[in-house]
Amino acid sequence: MTVMVELDHLSRSFGELRAVDGINLTVNKGEVLGFLGPNGAGKTTTMRMLAGFLKPTSGTARVCGHDILTDGMRAKQMLGYLPEGSPTYDDMTVGAFLRFIAEIRGYTGSERQSRVDLVAQRLALTDVLDRPIELLSKGYRRRVGLAQSILHDPPVLLLDEPTDGLDPNQKHEVRTLIAAMAPEKAIIISTHILEEVEAVCTRAVIIGHGKLLADGTAEQLRANLPGGGSLDDVFRFITTGNAPQAAA
Amino acid sequence: MNHIRTIAKRELSAYFATPVAFIFIAIFVALSGAFNFYLGHFFDRNQASLEGFFSYHPWLYLLLVPAVAMRLWAEERKSGTIEQLLTLPITTAEAVLGKFLAAWLFCGIALALTFPMWITVNVLGEPDNAAIAVSYIGSFLMSGAFLAIGICMSALTRNQIVAFIAAAVTCFVFIMSGLDIVLGAFRGWVTPALVDTLASFSFLSRFSSLTRGVVDLRDIIFFASMMAFWLFTAVVVVDVKKAA
Ligand SMILES: Nc1ncnc2c1ncn2[C@@H]1O[C@H](COP(=O)(O)OP(=O)(O)OP(=O)(O)O)[C@@H](O)[C@H]1O
Ligand SMILES: [Mg+2]
Repeated sequence: MTVMVELDHLSRSFGELRAVDGINLTVNKGEVLGFLGPNGAGKTTTMRMLAGFLKPTSGTARVCGHDILTDGMRAKQMLGYLPEGSPTYDDMTVGAFLRFIAEIRGYTGSERQSRVDLVAQRLALTDVLDRPIELLSKGYRRRVGLAQSILHDPPVLLLDEPTDGLDPNQKHEVRTLIAAMAPEKAIIISTHILEEVEAVCTRAVIIGHGKLLADGTAEQLRANLPGGGSLDDVFRFITTGNAPQAAA
Repeated sequence: MNHIRTIAKRELSAYFATPVAFIFIAIFVALSGAFNFYLGHFFDRNQASLEGFFSYHPWLYLLLVPAVAMRLWAEERKSGTIEQLLTLPITTAEAVLGKFLAAWLFCGIALALTFPMWITVNVLGEPDNAAIAVSYIGSFLMSGAFLAIGICMSALTRNQIVAFIAAAVTCFVFIMSGLDIVLGAFRGWVTPALVDTLASFSFLSRFSSLTRGVVDLRDIIFFASMMAFWLFTAVVVVDVKKAA
């Protein structure tokens, strides 16, 4: 098993608030890790640190062996990152935006075009390549964000709520895409849709108030709840301590 | 290097993605012409020169350059695209330089489009064309220094209007520091050396010596180091404030 992502006591505070509080975690090649937790648990903050946007207050992480603090550029090259809400340059057309990303990633000439064409095809964007991003619907924008994250075929993918705002068909497409890429990569997806965990994730972690609360396959997580139940019940039990009966 | 070019290309096309760029350039060319012919008493001077035209550039830049610079980082922060940009495998310095070069090129295009003025004086008389060429270079350098201030202010806030005002005020200080009224207010109670230092930071006196056709290396170095200083500060500001 090849370790692709390694979080080492990763922590980040905002003033008094410990948004991410000493998380240790490894993700191997071939794994699709569901990154779960209630609103404000610290999922986005963790991903931002991995992607090199936020500096950890303490601790560090390694992406394909490259330390994000001392070898950040190499770590960034190994990563495909879909930021939360997938912000993109709205005034650009889809094609121009993807060509920009491809150029930054070091592709030129015909290779640049073939990369763009390939991801456009994989995310069903071929028909909108000439449309300005600001005129696209939310689901299309999300797919543009996904397209830019996989354009350079990175060994590690960080996707912050990738299926948020997609219709059921597109959700299915994206999950199929993730499953198809999974054997060759390490993929971390944050999500609030727990059926996604069962559909694509090989493993899931639950965090709350910046701390790691649970780690395991969907089956193992279920075992946390005395008497069993749905993943939603397990999630509620782990993050609030309320068993389903008490909540009802 | 390639990253800087890619970013500059994107920024430049962002300028021209809306009609605002064309309106902006039209305003610049029209105002610089109007200033020259009406306020500069171009025809009354009875001499073929563009000194009047260039003497208004610091004041034109005072309003127009902050307007060009204000969106560069403030918009990225407001829309969240800064997260997309800075998680790409580029350095912050590359991003700042790419944006700066695009904006500077944009100002250069606006400046270049005032060339009919140069043709006009050549039709009307026999101007000192070398002095005019030096003035154009000086004006371009000065716009770069103003822009570097503007990009730094844009990095400080997510609000473009705030960025505009902060940049305009800072540029105003650097213009004014050479005027006699300002220097006079300091004379008498601070040492002459300090007054001289203050005066030496004036964009106005640096620029006006260039418009007289005097190429003084110190003036060129002054504008270049102004750009370097403010761009460096901008890199630091972006790094510190990017996720705030
Ligand atoms: N730049 C910031 N300044 C101050 N506090 C912040 C900042 N970014 C995040 N926080 C705080 O850190 C905590 C964790 O936020 P984060 O966005 O990581 O949560 P999340 O798990 O992604 O939540 P969600 O499910 O709603 O996306 C929250 O309390 C949030 O308010
Ligand atoms: Mg989040």
